[in-house]
Amino acid sequence: MIGRLFDGVPRHGLVLLLGLGLLLLAAPLIATDYLLTVLILILYFAYTGQAWNIMFGFAGQLSLGHAIFVGLGAYAASALYVHFAIAPWIGLIPAIGIAVACGAAIAFLAFRFGVSGVYFAILTIACAEFARIGFDHFGWVGGSAGFFLPVANYSRNDLWNLRGNPTMFYYVMLALTGAALLACRALLHSRTGYYWLAIREDEQAARALGINTFRYKMAAVVISAGMTSVAGVVFAFYYNNLFPEQVFHVSRSIELILAPIIGGVGTLFGPLVGAVLLTGLSEGLRELLAASGFDTPGANQVFYGICLLLVVTLIPGGVWPPLARALRLTVRDGG
Amino acid sequence: MGALLAVERLSKRFSGVRAVENVSFAIAAGEIFAVIGPNGAGKTTLFNMIAGVFAPDQGTICFAGERIDRLSPDAACRRGIGRTFQIVRPFPALTIEENVVIGALLRAPDLHAARSEAGEALRRLDLSDKRHQPASSLTLADRKRLEVARALATKPKLLLLDEAMAGLRPTETDRMVATLREINQETGLTILLIEHVMRAVMALASRVLVLHHGAVIAEGSADEVVRHPAVLASYLGAEAV
Repeated sequence: MIGRLFDGVPRHGLVLLLGLGLLLLAAPLIATDYLLTVLILILYFAYTGQAWNIMFGFAGQLSLGHAIFVGLGAYAASALYVHFAIAPWIGLIPAIGIAVACGAAIAFLAFRFGVSGVYFAILTIACAEFARIGFDHFGWVGGSAGFFLPVANYSRNDLWNLRGNPTMFYYVMLALTGAALLACRALLHSRTGYYWLAIREDEQAARALGINTFRYKMAAVVISAGMTSVAGVVFAFYYNNLFPEQVFHVSRSIELILAPIIGGVGTLFGPLVGAVLLTGLSEGLRELLAASGFDTPGANQVFYGICLLLVVTLIPGGVWPPLARALRLTVRDGG
Repeated sequence: MGALLAVERLSKRFSGVRAVENVSFAIAAGEIFAVIGPNGAGKTTLFNMIAGVFAPDQGTICFAGERIDRLSPDAACRRGIGRTFQIVRPFPALTIEENVVIGALLRAPDLHAARSEAGEALRRLDLSDKRHQPASSLTLADRKRLEVARALATKPKLLLLDEAMAGLRPTETDRMVATLREINQETGLTILLIEHVMRAVMALASRVLVLHHGAVIAEGSADEVVRHPAVLASYLGAEAV
C-alpha cells in the first residue's frame, strides 16, 4: 500500500526524496535552537500550505480564511486540555470534528447557493472574521485577553501531552508534513483527485462527465479543513498562548497561502519548496539586515515584499515547476 | 415503441423570449439525428434541456423510458447521455489522456481500468500519439475530437454533439464525419447532433429536425428537409437547392 504510493516515481527522484528525508531527520542533531525554530516554522507552513492546496490547488476553491481552521483546532484542543485535562492527541479528534463541521457548513452554504470564485473567497474571509470577533467574546477560552496553556517544563519531553522542547515539536511537524505529502499524493492519484482537477479546470465540463461536483467540492473543503486544524493543535501547544486577534486574523490566512503560491499551486512539492524559500528568506533577511547594521524597523518587510513581487512576476507558476524540470521530475507531483 | 429519446411538447422561455416552443420528436436507438436551424432558432436551448443544463417550462423528455427533464447535468450523464460543448471546454492544464481518463472514471471501477478505456476512446479519435500533451496545446479540430473522446469514455447510450464541426476545415469535417459514422456503425451508439455544417448533416444524419424561432418547421430525411419550402425560406436560402 505504502509502496504503491511511490509507483511511477523515477529512481533519482526516490534518491532525492530519501536524501531530503534523512537530512530533515538528522537536522536537530546539528541545528542550533534558532535554526530549529526556523525549521519548525518551515514545516508548519509546508503542512498548512499542503492542506490549503487541496482546496485551491487541486479542487480550485479559493479560501482566504484558512486561519479559521487553524484557530478552531488550536482552541478546541487547548480548551479541552486546560479545562478537562484531555491530552491533545485525544482532543485532536473533536478539534478535527469541529473544523470539519465548520468547513462543511461554509462549503454547504456556498456550493448549495452557487457562491463561487472570488465570492467564495470573500465568504471564507467573512467566516474567519466572524470567528475572530466571536472568540474575542468567548469567555470560556479567555476572550480577547487570550487563552494560555500551562508552560511546559522543558527538562523532559511528554509527547502524549505535547509538552516538551522544540526538538519534539520539530519531529511532530516533520511527521505531519511527511504524512500530508503522502496523503496528498495518494489523493491526487485517486478518482477523487482526478475529479478535483476536472472541477478546478472547468466545473461545467466536469458536470457533463457525470461528476457530482457539489459532493467533490465538499470533500475538498472538509479534508482541507480537517488537515489544517491538526496544525492548529500543534501550534497551540507549541506557542502556549492564543489570541483571537492574532490566530484568526486575515493576515494569518494570507501568510498560510503564500508558501503554496510561491512554490507552485496545485503541485505536491510546491508548499514545501515555498515554505523553505519564504521562511528562509524572511529569517535570512532579518539576520542579514541585523548583521549589516541597517536595522531600520520594517526594512525586513520591505525587502521581503520586493522578493515576493519578483518571484510572482518572474515565475508566476511558482518555483517548483521549473525546479522539477531541472531535476527531471514531473511538475505536478514530482513523481 | 422503443424510442431511446422522446421529447414531448417541450417549451422554454427566457424572460418572455420563447426559445423553444412546443417541440416534439423521438430518436430511435442506433440512429443519427440532426437538429438544424438558423442562429437563435433554439437549438442550443433544446440541447441544454436534454443535457440537464436547463429545466423545461413545459413538456417532458424521456430517455430509455424514464423522465429526465428535471435531472442535473451530472445525473443526465450518469443515466447515459454524453455531450460535447459548442465552445470547447477541455481541461486545459491536464493532458489529453487525463482528460479522457476523467470521463472513463464514471463507469470504470478503478484508475487502471479507466486508463485502458481512455486508451480505447483515444484510439477511436486518433489522439493516441498526443495523449501526453496538455489539452491547451491542441488545435481546435483536435480539441473537438478530444471532447468526443472524453464524452465517449463515459460510455453513453446517447451522444449529444453541439456543433462539433463548427470552425473545422472541410477535410477536418470529413474526418470527424467518418469517425462518427464508424462509431455509430460499430457500437450502435445513438447520436444527436446540432449542426450548422450541412455537409456533415447530409453525410451523417438519417433524420433531420429543423427549428425556426423555437418551433419545428420540418422533419424528415436529410434529402427531404433540404427541399422543404419552409426550410429554404427561413434557413438555407433558395440557392441551396
